[in-house]
Amino acid sequence: MDTPLLELTNIYQAYGDQIVVNNLSLALKKGVIGCLLGPSACGKTTVLRCIAGFEPITAGEIFLNGVKVNSSGFSLQPEQRHIGMVFQDFALFPHLTVAANIDFGLHRMHHTERALRVTEMLQIVGLADVTNNYPHELSGGQQQRVALARALAPRPDLLLLDEPFSNLDVNLRERLSLEVRDILKSQGATAILVTHDQNEAFAIADEIGVMHHGEITQWDTAYNLYHRPSSRFVANFVGQGVFLSGRVLDSRHVEIELGILTADISHQCASDCRVCGEGCYVDVLIRPDDIVHDDASSLQAQIIHKAFRGAKILYTLRLPGGSIALSLVPSHHNHAVGENIGIKLEVDHVVAFSQIAP
Amino acid sequence: MYGTHNAKSEGRSIGTSFSHYPPSVFRTTLSWRFIPVLVAVLVLIPVGTVILSFLTPTGDVWQHLVETILPSLLINTFWLALGVSVSSALLGVSLAWFTAVCDFPGRKIFSWGLMLPLAIPAYVMAFVTLGLFDFTGPIQTSLRSWLGPELFWFPNVRGRLGVIIVMTLAFYPYVYLLARNAFLTQGKRSLEAAQSLGLNRTQGFLKVALPMARPWIASGVMLVLMETLADFGTVAVFNYDTFTTAIYKAWFSMFSLSAASQLASLLIVIAFVLIVMEQKFRSRMRYAETKQSSRVARISLTGWRAWAVAGFASATLFFAFLLPTTQLIIWATHNFVEEFNQLYLSFLWHSLILSGLASILICSVAVLLVYSARRHPDIVTRVAVRVATIGYALPGVVLAVGIFVPLAWLDNWLREMAMQLFHIETGFLIQGTLAAMLIAYMARFLAVGHYPIDSAMQRITFSIDEASMGLGLNGWNMLKRVHLPILKGGIYTAVTLVFVDVMKEMPITLMTRPFGWDTLAVRIFEMTSEGEWEQAALPAVALVLAGLIPIVLFTHQAEK
Repeated sequence: MDTPLLELTNIYQAYGDQIVVNNLSLALKKGVIGCLLGPSACGKTTVLRCIAGFEPITAGEIFLNGVKVNSSGFSLQPEQRHIGMVFQDFALFPHLTVAANIDFGLHRMHHTERALRVTEMLQIVGLADVTNNYPHELSGGQQQRVALARALAPRPDLLLLDEPFSNLDVNLRERLSLEVRDILKSQGATAILVTHDQNEAFAIADEIGVMHHGEITQWDTAYNLYHRPSSRFVANFVGQGVFLSGRVLDSRHVEIELGILTADISHQCASDCRVCGEGCYVDVLIRPDDIVHDDASSLQAQIIHKAFRGAKILYTLRLPGGSIALSLVPSHHNHAVGENIGIKLEVDHVVAFSQIAP
Repeated sequence: MYGTHNAKSEGRSIGTSFSHYPPSVFRTTLSWRFIPVLVAVLVLIPVGTVILSFLTPTGDVWQHLVETILPSLLINTFWLALGVSVSSALLGVSLAWFTAVCDFPGRKIFSWGLMLPLAIPAYVMAFVTLGLFDFTGPIQTSLRSWLGPELFWFPNVRGRLGVIIVMTLAFYPYVYLLARNAFLTQGKRSLEAAQSLGLNRTQGFLKVALPMARPWIASGVMLVLMETLADFGTVAVFNYDTFTTAIYKAWFSMFSLSAASQLASLLIVIAFVLIVMEQKFRSRMRYAETKQSSRVARISLTGWRAWAVAGFASATLFFAFLLPTTQLIIWATHNFVEEFNQLYLSFLWHSLILSGLASILICSVAVLLVYSARRHPDIVTRVAVRVATIGYALPGVVLAVGIFVPLAWLDNWLREMAMQLFHIETGFLIQGTLAAMLIAYMARFLAVGHYPIDSAMQRITFSIDEASMGLGLNGWNMLKRVHLPILKGGIYTAVTLVFVDVMKEMPITLMTRPFGWDTLAVRIFEMTSEGEWEQAALPAVALVLAGLIPIVLFTHQAEK
């Protein structure tokens, strides 16, 4: 079996009494782009800095290529780990030109090889025309590319990206994140990205770990995080949606106020529900795309909010039973707030969590 | 930028006066444009006088200077400038690095403690050092009593090395403060970036932190060089002949105004080279500034390294501040009863009244300059403001000579006119008056008052004016309720800084004071030129106490 390129086993990190990283483990194979996704102050950046060697860990072990680089009391110097890093503020060297910034980490290479590598990196990130400019003369997007090129130039075993797009404006973010993924894949790089923006995570990463209170709650693909969240936190944090109360009829059917859903629901429930089965009360996750607008439907709901999103409109609806739900509707179905519209359920994946009290 | 503004406002209709630029705050007939030009001319008169005498050299005076003192002056000045700037750079940068980036026992105390030497005027440091280490001083005396009468190995404190050490201890804080500021704003992020690219900490310091801080360090070294060239008191105490002392001697011992101006003109040329270089570094500082500093862990030094650094910082603090102040206090208390008398109070009073008048005058002029620059932000005004504030780089001795020459000429002319027209002997009307002295102070210290007020003014954007006009405030009401509260802090800072600087000032006071107007600084000069260190101590204590005020103010503000 392959040893993973990066492996964290049960690491802890604490500032004084405050535990920042709590018993966290993860493994990343070569060539995979991973992502730590979570709200601010969940400890995701700290994990990254521990991997880079800028922060000590209190317990646990970190392995790179099967070699232990970190355990409590031992820490390999950051410069000896062969890990590249793209910083949130880019941290470009203001006294060096673009080319000199990229060249900076190549001090172990031969002279001619260095020049070739710099030219190659400049080509890859599309900055050949600003080679001799200084960082302050570049736009935010260009600075970002320099930072990426500088980190990739020495061919690090692992690349760490700390909120790499948070300093850029929204339009640029989306375009650059796809571009960065292409560059990373073309270089065969293994990387970990840290972000609080799920769109960014979905655009770049192969595998995503959702972090909460210093722990990884779920490590999965983007598809599974959205459609098969393993906890209420992940269900809430990733995508939009509401929880509607429901009652389990049997192992394949749940009844909510909008009708009966058919699905194999047992495994989502099993972890914390001992009475799953007939009659058990659960909360069912309903995403905005689970409720479809249908004028012919007899099921009516009242619009209490609307948010125009271009191609779609996000309606907030009051259901007949009084619960609130969201529905994403093509924007040519333009209705006014207060109006009643016909809806129907189209749920492909039923996600249910047992209610604490029935 | 203003072009687009005008284009927009030309087509505006009624009621859009908010986009008018700049808002008409004052409704007076006074043209603001003239103020900066007038002040600039006032400053240019002494500078121009000195430069003019450089352009029209009188052959025999030159000949005499070149044959006698000039070569040794040049050599002395060269070694002094080189020694002080190199050692201040080494001391200032290393201390800045340790306190800004590393962690070691006592770091917090050292971070501000190492600024304290700024409170001690260099000439005070000089006479205390001589008093302590000279042949008759307590150190050599006690060493002789232990080791016998022959201390051949003890270095001669009065030599070149002594002056360099004293000036380094007095001036290194300039480099320290600027370099520290650079290291702090860099954050540790760039060092981490260097580490992630395979460099260890030492390589990271040499290849990243140091080059990034270069404009700040260079700017600090330039300040040190300016102070070194301008210094009069220290070299006078040490009898180490440089341009400033030579100018003073030419004037007072040889009564040769032309020799004094010739020497001053050479000094001013060197000063101008420094000004140009300083400007260059300052403009580089702007773009090298990083956006945000990251608050991340310091490099904590452990074991012998931590103690070595703590020892190094303690030694600097000891020799540059604790030792001289302790010795001053001992001397001052020792002869307090004899020295604290009517005469001392008159020195103190003269110092206070002169500093007070000068700071009121200078800060008022600075406020006027700042407002005119705001109303007419054009090239003429900007150049005029630059010229008006150039005096900080010019040695006081040069300004004193430059003020004296035209005033003497004007006085003679007035006297002759009075004789011819009214047949009255008027005597000299202007020279040797407070007015002449205050003009010289203004030429020297306008920049000190201008900078804090100008940076406070930067915070009053035109949209603030527009917002207050939109709320119905205009003219003097807006000045009183909006501008003054915002400017207040800057004005206080300016008044304090000018007050203290004028109080410590030696050569201008010495050379242009009206008869009988002896100040604390003059008293120190007179006592130290006779080697009466103990009698100079009490006036020096007052100056050091005054010098502590801006430092306390500064650290207080920095902590907010």
